[in-house]
Amino acid sequence: MATILAVDDSASMRQMVTFTLKGAGFDVVDAVDGVDALNKAKANKFDLVVTDVNMPNKDGITLIKDLRALPDYKFIPMLMLTTESGTDKKMQGKAAGATGWIVKPFNPDQLLKTVKKVLG
Amino acid sequence: MSIDMAQFHQVFFEESFEGLDAMESGLLNLDMGDVDKEEINTIFRAAHSIKGGSGTFGFTSVSDFTHVMETLLDEMRDGRRQITQTALDVLLGSVDCLREMLTAIQEGDEVNESKVAEHKQALDKELNGESTEVPQIENIAQSIDTIESSKAANEGSSQAGWHIVFSPHAHLLKTGNDPVRMFRELKELGELTAIVDLQGVPGLYDLDPEDCHLSWDLKIEGDISREEIDDIFDWVEDDCDMAIQTLTNGVTTSQHPTNDVAPNQINSAANSEQPAESNDVKPEKISSVQAVNQSAKPKAEKKEAKPKGSSSIRVDTAKIDTLINMVGELVITQSMLSLVGEDFSPHKLEQLKNGITQLGRNTRELQESVMNIRMLPISFVFSRFPRLVHDLSTKLNKKIELKLSGENTEVDKTVVELISDPLVHLVRNSLDHGIEMPEDRVAAGKPETGTVNLNAYHRGGNIVIEVVDDGKGLNKEVLRAKAIEKGLIEEDAILTDKQTYELIFHAGFSTAEKLTDVSGRGVGMDVVRKNIQSLGGNIEIESELGKGSTIAIHLPLTLAILDGQSVAVGDETYIVPLVSIIETLNIDESMVNRVAGKGETFRLRDEYLPIVRMHEIFSVETAKATRLTEGLLVVVEGQGMRCGLFVDDLLGQQQVVIKSLEANYRRVEGISGATILGDGSVALILDIPGLVRLSNL
Amino acid sequence: MSEANNLAEVEVEGEQKQVANAVQFLSFILGKEQYAVDILRVQEIRSWEPISRIPNVPSYEKGVVNLRGAIVPVIDLRDKFNLGHAEYTPMTVVVILQTEINGKNRIMGVVVDAVSNVIDIDKTTIQSPPEFGTKVSTEYINGLAAVDEQMVMLLDVDKLLKLDDVDDEDEN
Repeated sequence: MATILAVDDSASMRQMVTFTLKGAGFDVVDAVDGVDALNKAKANKFDLVVTDVNMPNKDGITLIKDLRALPDYKFIPMLMLTTESGTDKKMQGKAAGATGWIVKPFNPDQLLKTVKKVLG
Repeated sequence: MSIDMAQFHQVFFEESFEGLDAMESGLLNLDMGDVDKEEINTIFRAAHSIKGGSGTFGFTSVSDFTHVMETLLDEMRDGRRQITQTALDVLLGSVDCLREMLTAIQEGDEVNESKVAEHKQALDKELNGESTEVPQIENIAQSIDTIESSKAANEGSSQAGWHIVFSPHAHLLKTGNDPVRMFRELKELGELTAIVDLQGVPGLYDLDPEDCHLSWDLKIEGDISREEIDDIFDWVEDDCDMAIQTLTNGVTTSQHPTNDVAPNQINSAANSEQPAESNDVKPEKISSVQAVNQSAKPKAEKKEAKPKGSSSIRVDTAKIDTLINMVGELVITQSMLSLVGEDFSPHKLEQLKNGITQLGRNTRELQESVMNIRMLPISFVFSRFPRLVHDLSTKLNKKIELKLSGENTEVDKTVVELISDPLVHLVRNSLDHGIEMPEDRVAAGKPETGTVNLNAYHRGGNIVIEVVDDGKGLNKEVLRAKAIEKGLIEEDAILTDKQTYELIFHAGFSTAEKLTDVSGRGVGMDVVRKNIQSLGGNIEIESELGKGSTIAIHLPLTLAILDGQSVAVGDETYIVPLVSIIETLNIDESMVNRVAGKGETFRLRDEYLPIVRMHEIFSVETAKATRLTEGLLVVVEGQGMRCGLFVDDLLGQQQVVIKSLEANYRRVEGISGATILGDGSVALILDIPGLVRLSNL
Repeated sequence: MSEANNLAEVEVEGEQKQVANAVQFLSFILGKEQYAVDILRVQEIRSWEPISRIPNVPSYEKGVVNLRGAIVPVIDLRDKFNLGHAEYTPMTVVVILQTEINGKNRIMGVVVDAVSNVIDIDKTTIQSPPEFGTKVSTEYINGLAAVDEQMVMLLDVDKLLKLDDVDDEDEN
């Protein structure tokens, strides 16, 4: 089954995302910020990265940029969790190489639908 | 799949309260002259997290409220908005409001809607310079425009399907997007025919395998709305060229979304309709709720004594690792002992003894480790004080600076929970009655700004927390006069300075303890002292008129375990806290002094200390030693008082687990708790200050 | 008051009896009288064990015992009600009761001469206590019931176990 890296500095969000995705049969590893995520991404091969944007130490957009620079992650789908009003965040994310976004707030079904869409 | 979100609520609440604390301290620390970018980012992120989480978990009112805070902070961190003191104060007030909202929701209580509306208005005012409605109108105008334009765009299209020419830009694949995925989604909407166009594919040597050189001609048939198509290609609209036409009657407006105009606007119209609507609803809802809530019962500011212990605790993983190591060693010792036990023979005795010694060591270390887990840095308690001092000094029109030291000093979790309120009372006292008005300070030759120090440190087996102020200090004469007036002491009573200062701890003493917003709950210095004593600690005051006062709280480091010296008085066993024992002596009649009306004292080096006859004050009928020379004198100290306990004999020393006597029974003067001995019987743990008091009666 | 069902079956000395509107009590003997307490308040019954004395408390508060790690006070009701002191015999029993006073839950033990039974009492037959004439003061008695032609005094556990000084203090 596919492995997903879920990144968010909020513990409750991490729990919700992990629980939702695991429940659908995915393997999930979570990370608390961009630095943690980058380390974990280097140590494992993930099939999908789902990341919050606003985080301490390294934000989501920088994370995506850094991930894209890794050979293993050139084509891996990466989704940003972003609030609806952040159109420039979407732009920045795209520029950094993000695949797409999930608009916050989202419910588990929306998350699953999007993840399944991307992972096929 | 339906997931019960409630399981995440507790974590959400906890992290939100932490976030609010972070926001508060961040806002207080923000120096407007030299804004720390990282600081303001942290504050923003905290608000953003709360907004995101509350939206996700369905706490819409919180989400809406936090939204404005977040917007303000976003503008501030981007430099688009200047940071003013008023803005900070509004934000600080909102933090409080938000805290109350979350507490109410967490406890299942009603949210104070009118307060929320009030703060929201203040935030909006700050954001827009005027109250509400403005952004909404803009949004609505925008969405009206875009709805109209998209209406025009969709005119004439009946939904038999779409003809799409899709040309991804070369780099599309590097965004992790996959055309095949999109086609799969299209297939779900209807009948899809895809024809690939290979024209863009360069020669083999010019071919970059990581690029996308293909484009497609797609026909999707079915009753499909434009929106559904746009949804599928939403993410990639900047990374491709698309031409979309409807499949009916040939003639339609063809869409060229590559310049971001139409589909973007349609999407944003679709999306922005949401907030516009919900924001419209909000103010109405609040005003109608307000009307209903006119009669709402005035909620007490704080909940009355709800057991504050939270059900979870954050622990440093290093502590857990240590614990795991300890347990590992215990297991090893256990295996070794069980090996020795198998086929035991006398020559294995040495091994057995070693094993038992090791077991003792392992158990001790394990115990320390576990106790350590419950230890939290006192910063948890201190953290509320910057805000408190800031608000209170503003309110009192005084200039006061708060200095903290020893925030990393660790204390048991229970202490953290129970020491907070008493400390607040003491600090408020210092601010209220200790520190003088700026003018008075200057007149007295002091700096205009008063200082309050909160210090914490370990000393001996205790933790000491001090509240030190450089205010006007306590006036012995005034205290004495007041005490006489209230009948607490006799007119001719002779008191040491210390005893005079300690008069303020008497119930019924309250000088200026009037019901300012501090007291309401019946908190007075006597309650503070009682609370601290119930934790096994004590409180002392030192003061110098004109210079300031120091209040020191002493608390045992661990509340549950005590190193004790067992003593025998007749058939009964009492435990004396080892930390309070100075020495033990055999009594020589020459050391003893008897003063009529004052009891017995004995000379220890250059002091005369009272003798406390345990068998008398505890009415132990089976006491063996009644003449001083027949027993032993255990010299002890507590709360600055020293005395000698006259007992029959010393028994062993051991660590005892402190059990509360008050849980099921009552507080007994002279006894601080009980413990269960190895034989199952109950032994009482002595409270030295209490014993001294008893013997003075 | 506990309401088992409307009808409860109870074995009383080998006989099956059906009692309507039954409320269950634990009855015990003190002096020569029969008393009873709401069965729901009874945590357990223990045979006599040595009590560790607590100094400077009313004499009927005999001390404390170790109840699986908790410190539980034991009150001698005979002493409290001046029914005459009795020697503790193997029949002497300590009934461990749960009380709630001023919002605080406590577990306390009472020394009784012997425990009689679990009895079902038809709550409609409970009479109000007499104004005087009882050895135990009326303030502790909730009602009177007749069981097998004997008068049983139903005690109010919370009032019974209220500790002087301590609970008064908390009330302020």
